[in-house]
Amino acid sequence: MARVIGDVILDLQNISLSFGGVKALTNISFDVREGEIRAIIGPNGAGKSSMLNVINGVYHPQQGRIVFRGQERRRMNPHEAAAQGIARTFQNIALFKGMTVLDNIMTGRNLMMRRNFLWNALYWGPTRREEIAHRRRVEEIIDFLEIQNIRKTPVGRLPYGLQKRVELARALAAEPSLLLLDEPMAGMNVEEKQDMCRFILDVNEQLGTTIVLIEHDMGVVMDISDRVVVLDYGRKIGDGPPDEVRNDPVVIEAYLGGAAH
Amino acid sequence: MIYREAGQFKASYEEDQQIFPIKQDRIVMAALVVAAFFVAPFVASEYWLQAVLTPVLVFALAALGLNILTGYAGQLSLGTGAFMAVGAYATYNFLLRLDGLPFLAGLVLGGLSAAAVGVVFGLPSLRIKGFYLAMATLAAQFFIVWALTKFPWFSNYSSSGIISAQRIEILGFAFDTPARKYLLTLAIVSLLALAAKNLARTNTGRSWMAVRDMDVAAEVIGIPLMKTKLLAFAVSSFYCGIAGGLYAYTYLGTVEPDGFGLDLSFKILFMIIIGGMGSVLGAFLGAAFILLLPVGLNVLMHTSVGVLVPATLASNLELIVFGVLIVFFLIVEPHGLTRLWQIGKEKLRLWPFPH
Repeated sequence: MARVIGDVILDLQNISLSFGGVKALTNISFDVREGEIRAIIGPNGAGKSSMLNVINGVYHPQQGRIVFRGQERRRMNPHEAAAQGIARTFQNIALFKGMTVLDNIMTGRNLMMRRNFLWNALYWGPTRREEIAHRRRVEEIIDFLEIQNIRKTPVGRLPYGLQKRVELARALAAEPSLLLLDEPMAGMNVEEKQDMCRFILDVNEQLGTTIVLIEHDMGVVMDISDRVVVLDYGRKIGDGPPDEVRNDPVVIEAYLGGAAH
Repeated sequence: MIYREAGQFKASYEEDQQIFPIKQDRIVMAALVVAAFFVAPFVASEYWLQAVLTPVLVFALAALGLNILTGYAGQLSLGTGAFMAVGAYATYNFLLRLDGLPFLAGLVLGGLSAAAVGVVFGLPSLRIKGFYLAMATLAAQFFIVWALTKFPWFSNYSSSGIISAQRIEILGFAFDTPARKYLLTLAIVSLLALAAKNLARTNTGRSWMAVRDMDVAAEVIGIPLMKTKLLAFAVSSFYCGIAGGLYAYTYLGTVEPDGFGLDLSFKILFMIIIGGMGSVLGAFLGAAFILLLPVGLNVLMHTSVGVLVPATLASNLELIVFGVLIVFFLIVEPHGLTRLWQIGKEKLRLWPFPH
């Protein structure tokens, strides 16, 4: 399927965020187009994760406008962001450790489940039909990410690389239009990184999901992303296609440094 | 060898999502239900029905209620006794003041009253967690026992707040013997246990566990924290309220507010710790363990060493052995009897072969 990059789906304008006296983000603007893979890079403490937290409503910026799918929003909590189709994964895995892989992924579909607890207590009838219908979709995601053999395993017992994959599965289960990935490849070996890259590209190409990702592995970022935003000390210092960013002297100075020489 | 699922293929998601996916489990469970309903009432003595089996069921229901809140939704509570008291006193008052109200309706109204009180005392959970929340629910514990003693209206102006359960009659059929009361308790507890299991395996239970395991992530994937936590408090307190009603009506017959004190709350908390957090089976195992162990020890003391040691020493020995056993169990298996049972099942799959 050919990739189609569409119009701007998310527009961030002049975002500033501070905690007390500490400025995490200063006057940052960038946009994300429908269907693209957008990377955010920058040194440690540059404000990358804060940026994602602003997008899905965990943090509320003191200044700036966020326009998602043509609608401006002021204050929004993560729950509302999820309802609008924004899903994410976390830098430190945030799975539900006591639950099985299957249950973890099923929680990703909670917004689409309509039955209330009284129906659920009865189980037979509407709830059963609903559970089975969603199970079917979840199994498709399990197939897609090739984790069939661990579906009944509690996630706490899985190795790190697989946990990252389950977290991606849970985010995908919500069928998001915008997927935020916070360092999806951190701490992985080369093989696991290759797998994860392939999954991210597959998600983008086959499901048409728009992806915003934070990643430290420059090889990966330059290979898979369409456009890159560079942050440093909470300010935007670069924005553009990978090749352009790679050759930007300011970016080289601040971040790429030795690697570019 | 015997306990193996070899040859049992699941051809649909329906089959894979049933409560007992393995055939042997279904057979054992069916046998247990048949034994509990059709054998126990005729075989067991009145003492066993009234003083052992009925309280085990009542406490299992209360433990189930606490397990929904603490085990599944991760909200620590020390107010179980108070919610049971609300259930018992509300049932009493509904039956007393509404003429001709059927017993089961009174019991359910009592449970709903407990649920309402539970939601009110669950409000702090939106702000605080863990031990601090336990402190907030402790307030419920003291406040409700105080209120039931302080305002004589609740106990229909009887001395020191004691209430005596009215006769239980359902559709003209009187539940007046221990065997009948046991059967009534068993039926109610079985239905509610099934409902709890259904909640646990569907979206409601998954939302509770998600909030327990990582609340930030739960919110990010769209689970509303406030609604989920308060629902856990409501359902949990409803179970405790029904348990309280049964405690008064089918078990003791006469209760006073002090009977629902902190001791009771702790007893039920021990049950879910020993039985297993976040498990329906755990509530039953824990209740059976805590209630049957003293009985077993008592029998043991009086048949073997009773001749040698005086009665007072024997009863203290009982307490000591009881305490030691609890500590021992917690060290050997901190995840409770349910986990031991699971390990046993995994071993049984292979037995008698080593691999």
